[in-house]
Amino acid sequence: MVLGDPSPMPPPRSHGTRPLDLAQGRVDMAHGSGGRASAQLVEELFAKAFDNGPLRQGNDGAVLGLPPGAEGCRLVVATDAHVVSPIFFPGGDIGCLSVHGTLNDVAVMGARPLWMAAAFVLEEGFPLADLARIVASMARASREAGVPIVTGDTKVVERGKGDGVFITTTGVGVTLPGVELGGDRARPGDAVLVSGPIGDHGLAILGQREELAFESPIVSDTAALHGLVETMLGAAPGIHVLRDPTRGGVATSLNEIARQSGVGIVLEERAIPVRESVAAACEILGLDPLYAACEGRCLVVCPAGEAGILLEAMRSHPLGNAAARIGEVVEDAQAFVQMRTAFGGSRVVDWLTGDQLPRIC
Amino acid sequence: MRYIEAFRDGELAKGLAGAIRRTADPARTYSFMEFCGGHTHAISRYGIQELLPPNLRMVHGPGCPVCVLPIGRVDMAISLALERGAMLCTYGDVLRVPASGGLSLLKAKARGGDVRMVYSVADALRLAEGHPEREVVFLAIGFETTTPPTAVAIRQAAGAGLGNFSVLCCHVLTPSAIACILDSPEVRAWGTVPLDGFVGPAHVSTVIGSRPYEFFAEEYRKPVVIAGFEPLDVMQAILMLVRQVNEGRAEVENEFTRAVTRDGNLKAQALVAEVFELRKEFEWRGLGIVPYSALRIREAFAPFDAERRFALDYRAVPDHPGCECGAILRGVKQPKDCKLFGGVCTPDNPIGSCMVSSEGACAAYYTYGRHREEAQDRAGG
Repeated sequence: MVLGDPSPMPPPRSHGTRPLDLAQGRVDMAHGSGGRASAQLVEELFAKAFDNGPLRQGNDGAVLGLPPGAEGCRLVVATDAHVVSPIFFPGGDIGCLSVHGTLNDVAVMGARPLWMAAAFVLEEGFPLADLARIVASMARASREAGVPIVTGDTKVVERGKGDGVFITTTGVGVTLPGVELGGDRARPGDAVLVSGPIGDHGLAILGQREELAFESPIVSDTAALHGLVETMLGAAPGIHVLRDPTRGGVATSLNEIARQSGVGIVLEERAIPVRESVAAACEILGLDPLYAACEGRCLVVCPAGEAGILLEAMRSHPLGNAAARIGEVVEDAQAFVQMRTAFGGSRVVDWLTGDQLPRIC
Repeated sequence: MRYIEAFRDGELAKGLAGAIRRTADPARTYSFMEFCGGHTHAISRYGIQELLPPNLRMVHGPGCPVCVLPIGRVDMAISLALERGAMLCTYGDVLRVPASGGLSLLKAKARGGDVRMVYSVADALRLAEGHPEREVVFLAIGFETTTPPTAVAIRQAAGAGLGNFSVLCCHVLTPSAIACILDSPEVRAWGTVPLDGFVGPAHVSTVIGSRPYEFFAEEYRKPVVIAGFEPLDVMQAILMLVRQVNEGRAEVENEFTRAVTRDGNLKAQALVAEVFELRKEFEWRGLGIVPYSALRIREAFAPFDAERRFALDYRAVPDHPGCECGAILRGVKQPKDCKLFGGVCTPDNPIGSCMVSSEGACAAYYTYGRHREEAQDRAGG
């Protein structure tokens, strides 16, 4: 079933049926049946909120033409499933997160995202009011990012077979000219930068889940990074690697880069930006902010000579105003990530073990 | 946070490291056991060993509650979840402890057992209140620090007449474990494990006070310095131990005066005494059967005792034959002495319990890469 085109017949009109009860109503199996109820959900909720040209045509998929100037560019496709629990959290919800998460995956490939697709798995009994709130949040995030949701799908599973709502989004973009990025391009001597304080998203989710009342509330950093990325690549086109450190946090992303590039990375603990509230919450919960997820930060590896100008460019952007240089790439065939601790010792920053924080995004 | 940062100051650490080097007698060796997993974690995480002189060695003790939990106890919890339909609640680290038949509580969960991770016993109590139709069991582990909250929960459940809540009590006692180590042949008779003193527990001592350690100082002539869990606490305690050894003293000293008194928390002790009594014996992973080393729930609170409620019998199960957790917990071996370490046994796929919790000697050693740094040093000459 595709948004806006459930049947070969002329689209059923909601005329004559009662409109969706967005205040008290709940998702039922009929909303996923492909029949009139499905069409009504699509028309009155999804199509209305995401409204754009390709979606309005109501076909099985969207036919898209590359914008002028992008004809010779390569395409980038990224997809991301979102199962975050709780679905509403300080600073965002599963809706805007599902937009930002995928846009960021496209952006850190050095691409400008152009379109998105969205698939919803809804659990029978899920309140329509919550669904409407999530869809409105997605629509707002997509509009703010300038990236329309041009096609989609909705399925409903029986009560107990899902957990409210799961959203999978796919993003398509075009590479920016002259940019060559990849996790295997870090070289000894390169600088490692991060665009802002780390761990906000992970601790916001955990704080909400555990009903922890923090003195200064921790808010998710969920945000679309493609604007910041374009600013960065404009200032320093020689960037080697970009990553958004989501699950597993900064530590895991840096281990991936070290392994892909066959280099070591040495971090300076004092230089890594962590909000005081996040550091305190980690202390209480026995967590390490290096492993806590971010949803609106990017890690950069660039030639040391470009680090200064890049840092300046990042700090000029609202999403990068607390950017910092946190370490350097070194020669190390064993691809260790190490940290010089503020205490004066050094330690290995290993891959994340197990899953301390399940369903974080 | 500023309060905590003050105990992680790199400049002060350098000063303390210098003082330890100057105070330690180069003509002898020093071997101190940090009993608590919290201290083991701090030593690994902050790289404290590399700030100490080469003739001073820290021996990791058995004070990690997850590590000393024997397989048979985890099996009891798994059978409650899988065979008795109970909602089994416990702390996160316990979920990964390997049990019989290749199972763990986490794997039991994947097989359909209702296993819940909670941050405190109060969460388990809330689950019981919210699910009156279910049997909710809290698998209670830990030393004297976690015992008072369990006592409070049992009292609250009794007060509220909560009929579906019970506790599988695996609380153990620190002084009995220290005595067991000091009485072990390796320490006492053979002298293969030299022990010149103890870094005493931090949080445990806030509850029991410093008095219980006086016996070890007097009877076994071993100095004890109670220390907080921050890296500067540990270094200060090591310096105090070196001084005691040099001066031939064996006393209980308290570095952690900001939280520990001689008598401890009397209110908490009274609560514990009201709800729990001593078990005649309890099996510890690594230490074996240790007399009077654990607590059970008193008869007056029998309905809240999962062992009585479900008529559970304890069945001892031997560890994996290649696993050295037992010797590591007694300080006889180090993680890198184990054949399984880092190969078959990793934090992602633990065979022994010391590889499970971040307080376990093996996991701390592995996670902070000490073994790899050493390998690198050797490779580099």
